[in-house]
This record gives sequence, structure tokens and C-alpha cells, in this order.
Amino acid sequence: MALIELSGIERRFLLGDTTVNALAGLNLSIAAGEYVAVMGPSGSGKSTLLNLLGLLDRPNAGSYRLEGRDVTTLSADEQATVRSLRIGFVFQSFHLVPRLSAAENIALPMMLAGIAPAERKQRVSQALINFGLENRADHKPDQLSGGQRQRVAIARATIMQPALILADEPTGNLDRHTGDEVVNLLEALNASGVTLVVVTHDQRMGARARRQLVMEDGRLKFDSAVDAAV
Amino acid sequence: MRLSDTLRFARDAATGYPMRTALSVFAMAIGVAAVVLLTALGDGARRYVVGQFSALGTNLVMVLPGRTGTGGFNPATAITSTPRDLTVDDAAAVKRATSVLRVAPLLVGTSEINFAGRLREVMVAGTVADYFAIRDFQVAQGDILPDEDWNRGASVAVIGNKIRQELFGNTPAVGQLVRIGDRRVRVIGVLKSTGQGLGMNTDELVIVPVSLALSMFNTNTLFRVLVEARNRELIPQAKEQTLAIIKQRHRGEEDITVITQDAVLATFDKLLGALTLAVAGIAAISLAVAGILVMNVMLVAVTQRTGEIGLLKALGAPARTIRLAFLSEAAMLSAVGALLGYLLGQLGAFILRQIFPVFPAYPPDWAVIAGLGTAIGTGLLFGFLPARRAARLDPVQALMKH
Ligand SMILES: Nc1ncnc2c1ncn2[C@@H]1O[C@H](COP(=O)(O)OP(=O)(O)O)[C@@H](O)[C@H]1O
Ligand SMILES: [Mg+2]
Repeated sequence: MALIELSGIERRFLLGDTTVNALAGLNLSIAAGEYVAVMGPSGSGKSTLLNLLGLLDRPNAGSYRLEGRDVTTLSADEQATVRSLRIGFVFQSFHLVPRLSAAENIALPMMLAGIAPAERKQRVSQALINFGLENRADHKPDQLSGGQRQRVAIARATIMQPALILADEPTGNLDRHTGDEVVNLLEALNASGVTLVVVTHDQRMGARARRQLVMEDGRLKFDSAVDAAV
Repeated sequence: MRLSDTLRFARDAATGYPMRTALSVFAMAIGVAAVVLLTALGDGARRYVVGQFSALGTNLVMVLPGRTGTGGFNPATAITSTPRDLTVDDAAAVKRATSVLRVAPLLVGTSEINFAGRLREVMVAGTVADYFAIRDFQVAQGDILPDEDWNRGASVAVIGNKIRQELFGNTPAVGQLVRIGDRRVRVIGVLKSTGQGLGMNTDELVIVPVSLALSMFNTNTLFRVLVEARNRELIPQAKEQTLAIIKQRHRGEEDITVITQDAVLATFDKLLGALTLAVAGIAAISLAVAGILVMNVMLVAVTQRTGEIGLLKALGAPARTIRLAFLSEAAMLSAVGALLGYLLGQLGAFILRQIFPVFPAYPPDWAVIAGLGTAIGTGLLFGFLPARRAARLDPVQALMKH
């Protein structure tokens, strides 16, 4: 069974008088444990796709089955629960809470889920070790380098042990070297079984994924998995 | 999210923006401080007046000319035109009552006092010797009024201490002849300085025999007759007997009002209590203003932290969690402000009491509770709108604001 099943997805935006078809007639299936890079020109619908996969947005038409369950019909709070338990996000601009320390930022999803402080603490200290942030636990985001910030964000995305990690241009704000480090981390996570969907502009990084998708005008222009099958 | 986590999160968020937090805490504090301080003033005034009335003398029954409503005492109509004079003989007749210990007729007017070219306006009280015992007035020098025929008083006066000072300076006053209006009067005593009293300041009072005052002001009617009952239990009886005696003397017409001190006290108590309530109401408006400020501050917070709200949603926070977090923050701002305002108000009342020791400026408990309650209530009420707005934000839109 596929982890993600999209069929006939439409997502339109109203911009003044004109409708923008951000996603049009999209069919996509992603199996559990896959490593998928989503590429394509700016404005082609990559972020819109990722937001839909992350249940941050709803399609105008079509169905989305996550782990076999139709999630488009869920209520907002039910979707929040799915996000909390099954999905981790990594953003281009890190999205750390500036007043919270690295450790507190990592613990945030567990806090929101109501996990007991003792367990939070134990899991955060393990995560800090895993991501090489032991000495940065009490640092505020503005006291961290870009690479460290993104490592905090990845630690946060994985702390609830999600089935799916969605990363929207995770290296977009990083230099090549730290970008590579972050990609290595994400790939290590994928190697441990987490499904990974990465939006990227970077051809080199896209090429590292086992499956490449290329979007154009809201449509899937290229899917390496289909090519391989033919 | 756990309650303790929600509170901690809200606290960190509030302290993370010290400027706007300080602003709303300050506004709330001013509102609560205003309630505490103004009600302390109002209630202080009430206590002060009640205290002064209690000092008027115990077991007192007052006779007023004219008929006013039953039982109650209405200051506005207390001095009314009289259908029949309340006379010295009426007062003398009341002395016969078994329940009555002392009686003092009282007439009050203003006149000029003149000694060796020094002239000033004074309040003149015409009464009798027993008045001093009833009001517990004492003389510092000389004597009180002589105990004599009420209708043929001597031309003598007991003067207040301030008048003595202004007229005689350091030279002895007792024995001197002064002119009051067109009468030559001998000073026989000087009142002991008592500080302020209610209604009249004894330091600026001149007391003369009632017969002298009646002719001086060319009238037959008294301002009051003060009746002192033999003891507290006899007050109702003294009231009844006084009324009966004077009614009989006035051909069965009940054209006087007899009130007990309790009735006067109760009326003033009510009046000033209402005043305190009104003042508290006005102060409460500043609390509402503070509430609106907290709302605006929280709306700004929602705008400022839109990106953060988007993130919380992405991390799986349901709407309820976000609403609670922002509501807790608003509640915290108002609670801290209320507490601070309470302390400020108490400090202000304390300083007031230091400056005016006679004035019991203590805020009443109900005002403190209502002030704190209103503060936290408005904080929550006005915090609700921003919290709801935060909870309803679209996560994708919110995340883009970073
Ligand atoms: N909230 C929105 N309102 C209007 N148009 C939008 C909105 N979000 C995305 N779009 C439009 O949808 C298209 C796809 O956007 P997006 O998914 O962000 O592209 P990408 O991430 O590939 O650069 C673009 O034309 C964009 O302008
Ligand atoms: Mg994008």
C-alpha cells in the first residue's frame, strides 16, 4: 500500500479576477520509505503540493489518501492530529521560535502533543546528541549558525517520529557545505525508514534522490519512477 | 497541550516582548490602582463622617422645626420653613420628660465680632450651659455658659481658640468686652481646641446664651433642640416623649421632626456609600479602557507572531491550543497588571493616610475584589477576540509571514 495517494488533485487560487491553477489534474503515488525530490521552475506548484501533502491546505478537487485513509474530509483539528503524529516539516527559513532555546524548539511538537516533561527531556537530549547539538541546547536561534538552525529544525521535525518528512527547499538559505550536511542528515533519516519529500531548486541535490518529480504549471511533467517502469 | 505548558508558553511569549507587555500591564495597573485609591477616598470620607457623627455625643435625639418624611433624614429638606416656631419654651418643656437627661436649645447664625478694631465674621451658636455637656465641649480658659434662666441670658460669650488668637493674640481674652453684631458681650471662656468637627469648626465658633442669640438674630424659632436620653435604651422613649410634649404644645400639630442620631448616621452612611460606589464605577471605566488596550496589544501580538502561529499549526497544534495560549497571555497581562495596580493603590492609600492621619483612607474589600475581578474579566473578555483570530489563521498564509 502506498503511503501517499493523490488522484485528480486540483488547487486553484483566485488572484483578483484571474484563477491560478496551482495544481491541476495531479495524480501521484508515493510508497512508504521513498526519497522523492520535487523540482521545477518557480511558481510551478511545488510548495502548494507540499502544503497539501502536509495537510496545511485542502485541494479544490481530488482525493488524498494518507496511509490508506482519506484525509481531505477530516476536520481541521483531526488534520492537526495527523500532522502532530505522522508528519514533520522542514522549512527554508527554519521557522524556529526566536524566544525559545534550541532544546525548547525541538521539544515544541511534544509539548503541543501533551507529552510528559520527563519524556520530553529524555527525547530532546537524545535528539541533541543525534544532531550534534549537545553544546547548543540552551542557545537561542539567533545564537546559532544557519546550519545549526536547520539541524534544530530537522530535530524538531523528527522528534515525534513521523512517517513522512516534508522539506521545502531546506538548503535554500544555506551555503553549499552546510547544505550538504543538512541533506546528509535528511538522507540518514530516510535510510532509517522515514519517507522523505524534498522540494529543491538544486539539480545536484535533486539528483541524489532515488525518485525525481518535475513540475510545470501545476502539472507533473516528469516522474523518474514512471520512466523507469516504461 | 498541558495547562502548565500553556501557562509557561504564554509567560515566555509575554516576556519575549517586554515593551508591549509593560504597556498593557501598566494600563491595567493604573485602572486597578484608580479603583483602589478612589474607593479608599470615598469610603474614607464615609468613615470619617460616620466617625464625626458618633463623636457628636451619644444617646442624642435631635428636634428640627418643620415636618419631613417619616423616620428618615433628608439633608436637602432638613432646613425648611416652619409653620410654627420651635421655641426655647418648647425646649424647656422637654426637660420634664422622664427619659431625658439634658436638653439644649440651639440657634445658629453668622455675625461679626469686633475687638479693638479687629473685625471678623464668625458663626454664632446660641444655646445653654447643658450644650457643653451634651457635645462634650470643654474650655481651655475661663468658664462655660452660666446655668441660668434660658429666657434671660447674660451678655457673655465663650469663644473658639482661633478667634481668641486672631482677636487677642497673646493678651488674655477672658474678661474682655467684645462687640458681636450690635451687642457688647463679655468673653467668659475660651473653648479647648478640638481640631475639625463636622458642620462647624469649634475653633471659629462663638457661643452665647440662647436668649441673646434670639434677639441678636431677631427670631423666635430655634435651629435645633438637642435632647440627650438618660441611656441608650431610652432613646426611642425620649424620642416619643419629646415628640408628644412639643406636639401638645403646638396644639396637637406634628410640625417638628424628631430624629435620632442613628437615623442621621444611616442616611449619611448610605449617601456616602453610594458616592463611593459611583466613584468606583467611574474608576471601572478606566479598567474597561485598559481592557481595550490589552485587546489591541494582543491583536498586535497576533500580527507580530503570525509566522509562529503558522508554525504551531504545522506542528500539530489544534485551534483550541492556540486560542488557549493567547487567552492565557491576555489573562496573565491583566492579572499581573491588576496585582501591580492593587499594590500601587494600597501604597497610594497608605501615603494618603500618612499625610492626613485623621482620614481613614482604606479601600473597602468589595472594591478591591471587584477591581481585581473586573481587571481579569476584561482582560479575558478582550483577549478572546485576538485569541480567536489567532486560532483561525490559515496555516499556509501564516507560515509565509516570517
Ligand atoms: N495563496 C495564494 N494565493 C494566490 N496565488 C497563490 C497562492 N499560493 C500560491 N499561489 C500561486 O500558485 C502558483 C504555485 O505557487 P507555489 O506552489 O508557491 O510555487 P513554487 O513553490 O513551485 O514556486 C504560483 O503561480 C503562485 O503565484
Ligand atoms: Mg515554493
